Amino acid sequence: MSNGTTRTGTAPAETTRIHNIGYRNYDGARLGRAYARRSLFAQSLRGAYGLGRSARSKVLPMILFGVMCVPAAVIVAVAVATEMRELPLDYTRYAIFTQAVIGLFLAAQAPQTVSRDLRFRTVPLYFSRPVERVDYVLAKFGAMASALFVLTAAPLLVLYLGSLLAKMDLADQTKGFAQALVSVALLSLLFGGLGLVMAALTPRRGFGVAAVIAALTITYGAVSTVQAIAYETGSGGAVQWLGLFSPVTLIDGVQTAFLGASSSFPGGLGPGTGTGAVYLLAVLVLIAGSYGVLMRRYRKVGL
Amino acid sequence: MIVTESLSKRFPRVTALDRLSLDIGPGVTGLVGANGAGKSTLIKILLGLSPATEGRAEVLGLDVAACGAAIREHVGYMPEHDCLPPDVSATEFVVHMARMSGLPPSAARERTADTLRHVGLYEERYRPIGGYSTGMKQRVKLAQALVHDPRLVLLDEPTNGLDPVGRDEMLGLIRRVHTDFGISVLVTSHLLGELERTCGHVVVVDGGRLLRSSSTSDFTRTTATLAVEVTDSDTHPDGTAALREALTAAGVTLRAGVEDGLPGAGHILLLEAAGEETYDTVRDTVAALGLGLVRMEQRRHHIAEVFRPEAAPQPTEVPA
Repeated sequence: MSNGTTRTGTAPAETTRIHNIGYRNYDGARLGRAYARRSLFAQSLRGAYGLGRSARSKVLPMILFGVMCVPAAVIVAVAVATEMRELPLDYTRYAIFTQAVIGLFLAAQAPQTVSRDLRFRTVPLYFSRPVERVDYVLAKFGAMASALFVLTAAPLLVLYLGSLLAKMDLADQTKGFAQALVSVALLSLLFGGLGLVMAALTPRRGFGVAAVIAALTITYGAVSTVQAIAYETGSGGAVQWLGLFSPVTLIDGVQTAFLGASSSFPGGLGPGTGTGAVYLLAVLVLIAGSYGVLMRRYRKVGL
Repeated sequence: MIVTESLSKRFPRVTALDRLSLDIGPGVTGLVGANGAGKSTLIKILLGLSPATEGRAEVLGLDVAACGAAIREHVGYMPEHDCLPPDVSATEFVVHMARMSGLPPSAARERTADTLRHVGLYEERYRPIGGYSTGMKQRVKLAQALVHDPRLVLLDEPTNGLDPVGRDEMLGLIRRVHTDFGISVLVTSHLLGELERTCGHVVVVDGGRLLRSSSTSDFTRTTATLAVEVTDSDTHPDGTAALREALTAAGVTLRAGVEDGLPGAGHILLLEAAGEETYDTVRDTVAALGLGLVRMEQRRHHIAEVFRPEAAPQPTEVPA
């Protein structure tokens, strides 16, 4: 403010100041695209947990975050109290176990992340600034995936710290923890991408929520049912291929093949390394595809 | 500020801009055209968001095709449509938009407070935008276009949806953007009267082509018009008709006025004032007919006249 004040007369300056409240030009730094992209990423990530928004919008994400962490805390408490030598649940199994919570979080927050800008037509304001389409998509994608990663990695951290507290084998626990982190990172990118695509194609928030829930639960329900039937009727070979058709089973397959997880498929018939490569490829294609669809989606939105 | 050279934009079905050449200097410039005249398309091209089919354009001396991002750093844009999320406050929203323009966090907050004050939002800026009146929302939209202190702002129909008082306030604000803030303005509208009062220069486009580009004083000077009203007499029961015939015979050009359709318009003749001698002709003609001259006054004309059918086929460009 010092440049906006003028001293008048010779009287004691402290009492006679005129504050110039006219327009002031800005000649400070303009930090450009990369900074704008980081800001958008940070704002979207915080927004996914309701931070910087109304109290009401914090409720759901915070409850879901709590629900994610409570089972981990209970497991740790039991493990420490009964002096177990190993955690009763694999790190890699935790996200599969809590997939409904992850799905709910994605369904609630993916539309929040992208549909609002589309519905209230704020997107043109971004594109009339140095921010480009690729910056916008990367920031939103990154924010959604990071929000999911925070959600899925936090309980793993609780488990890991608990296992150290219970003096379990350090090398063993660290390996399991690291493998699970890679797995949830893949899961976050995959779910984040799919959720954003569905939300971005439906400007109405309600439809976005419904689409995400439906896409996750219906595919998982269908795949597990058909897998169970295939297993019961003796065509166990089909079980591992069926897993390719739902996001949750895709992640399950990848971590079974490469990250030392035990499969939750019927009879534990997870994919081996060969089939696992197909799973990994499918996951990567879906992530890249989501990015591609989002880029296409925003091509027409400018103004 | 803005230069375009035979700028064209063709879509598969329509030609939005047709070899448009403009040279817009600093100050407040009005861009007038009916809906679909190509105003929004032009703004899109100027922001570097949509490539021109042919021709070239420069904004702030930068080519739009090559330096879109650099242009957008120093240009503000206020869209015509609603663009505000209802559940955040004006302050939060404008701070975020300032950061999207590259302003560091502290500068963004400071500039936001300043800018919102300048557009006339005070205590209400901490309340969610959803509860604002249309006038307040327009002010927030203007603030987000100004917050990064651009050198040029593009305002797309800023008075849309405002009542007459709100309209006047917005126009006053737009004038101040140039006079007090030193920011050049390109403002679009389909209402010509309000641009006439606000802009120093008006560009008229129609069907993607330049109809006219000149300063507002030119518009009104070159269209000096006389309004004449006479009484009826016994020999001439319809004095107006008699005078019309007599004046036409005397070689004075009559014109259909914008006031057609207004009450009493039937009794007022509008004619082109070619010079001093027109006044004499009218006086003599009225006297010869033995009619009473009720009034003879100069009409300050509205730029709406450029849309009159007879003006349309001959696009004229008057250098400003």
